[in-house]
Amino acid sequence: MDPRTLILVGGVLLILATATTVGQFLKRQRELGINPALVQQFNSRIRAWWLMCSVLAAAFLLGPASRVATIIVFGLVSFWALREFVTLTPTRLGDHRALFWVFFLFTPLQYWLISADKPALYTVLIPVYGFLFIPARVALAGDYKRFLERVAKIQAGLMVCVYCLSHAPALLFLDLNPDDASGFENARLLFFFVLIAQLNDVLQYAWGKLLGKRPIAPAINPSRTWEGFICGLFSSGLLGMALYWATPFRPMMAAGMAMVIAVMGFAGGITMSAIKRDRGVRDYGTLVTGHGGVLDRIDSICFAAPVFYHLTRLYL
Amino acid sequence: MDAVSRWLTLRWRMVDLTAPLLALLARLLSGASTRWLDCQPDSCQRVYFANHTSHLDAIVLWSALPSAVRAVTRPVAAKDYWQRGHVRRYLARVFNAILIDRENIKVHQSPVDLMLREIGDRYSLIVFPEGSRNIETEIGEFKSGLYYLAKKRPDLELVPVHIDNLNRVLPRGEFLPVPLLSCISFGAPLWLETGEPKAHFLDRAREAVRRLKEI
Repeated sequence: MDPRTLILVGGVLLILATATTVGQFLKRQRELGINPALVQQFNSRIRAWWLMCSVLAAAFLLGPASRVATIIVFGLVSFWALREFVTLTPTRLGDHRALFWVFFLFTPLQYWLISADKPALYTVLIPVYGFLFIPARVALAGDYKRFLERVAKIQAGLMVCVYCLSHAPALLFLDLNPDDASGFENARLLFFFVLIAQLNDVLQYAWGKLLGKRPIAPAINPSRTWEGFICGLFSSGLLGMALYWATPFRPMMAAGMAMVIAVMGFAGGITMSAIKRDRGVRDYGTLVTGHGGVLDRIDSICFAAPVFYHLTRLYL
Repeated sequence: MDAVSRWLTLRWRMVDLTAPLLALLARLLSGASTRWLDCQPDSCQRVYFANHTSHLDAIVLWSALPSAVRAVTRPVAAKDYWQRGHVRRYLARVFNAILIDRENIKVHQSPVDLMLREIGDRYSLIVFPEGSRNIETEIGEFKSGLYYLAKKRPDLELVPVHIDNLNRVLPRGEFLPVPLLSCISFGAPLWLETGEPKAHFLDRAREAVRRLKEI
């Protein structure tokens, strides 16, 4: 592994270890007067990051097979997120067969096309072929009640959980640097992307807690404020600039990319909040007790991935 | 003779291996999370009674139990359905199911007597008192079997179980599953009160299952 990748991964592991220590310390110090629910939320987020980080690191370290391993990991995450999405969405018996193909044909096919490096196909599979297939299959089942609404729900789930997310591992196939045969440059770019998206979630939340006064859409999520969003945006930009050495970008470009990720991450978060609010659940994890909400953790990544992918391609 | 007994042991081993594999598959496919509410897993003799919405109900409920409890728990199933074809017959053996004849019920061979004889003083039961799979959203009326079980064996713990969302994983009339997430909730055991009328008891049992949906 080259030194830059080592520093990036090592740095993240160090931060995670520190955060875990702090989280465990806070858990044991009841008398500090910090809301225990907040500490628990913090700790569960850190656990999710450990998982994310170790899975990504393991996928990177697999050497020649690493691209395939990473794609499989993202495919499984998509599959699980789609499960949560459709579980939350009321569907009717007439949607059953269409859903079967969505889970067992479109999801694997999309990731297979990514691994086969066929951008011309994977950019249209779901928006075009999925768009044509789903209404036709639902119509064949013969149930016309709230037809457009049901079809749109299935399509939306497939777009967010599978199509958008699949653009993250697609970063591994970009020709960033002709001299770099190892693919570490691409792996670092993916790592940078996930890192900025995740940290931006936290930064927006933390700034919102500190300074937040004016909520953006109080009916949807009162904890997302203008102050949190703007401060989070700029601190993510600075963070991106500070990490420019890990990416193919120049410092200002890296800052700009990080800010795009921040804006899209915010958009993803608030969109998913709107869906949850409509269904009357707090997060996708509480939907079915005992499952950590995967969709809660990746909503920002889902929205940012296609935009980051296209901008990176334009930049090259 | 030797070959036959070897063949028989082989088949038994296959049954032993199939059960945990199927349980794992069912769990993966149904994404079932298990909640024990006011009830702990135990290998004492129990009757788990649940709402019935999907073919997967029995296997998912069974696989939600810890393996030690699973080993002494037998689902009750319809004979006419589970004796048709090799696969179903094999599956019925894997789950050690008690098959009940729905078509000709005789006086001296009533389903309840058969169940009680089969469980002896060792096994627990999984029953679906609605009789057949329910397509309505509300839980259907309970059949009286549960009442007679409770009356003849007052020592059995009757554990209400609510199965949520499994009807969307594999609805009635479908054979391809859609892997959504489902939830199995076990509630506090109940018993037949002395002198409690049949209809009252069955309503109470049904209410116990329905209530688990809201917790």
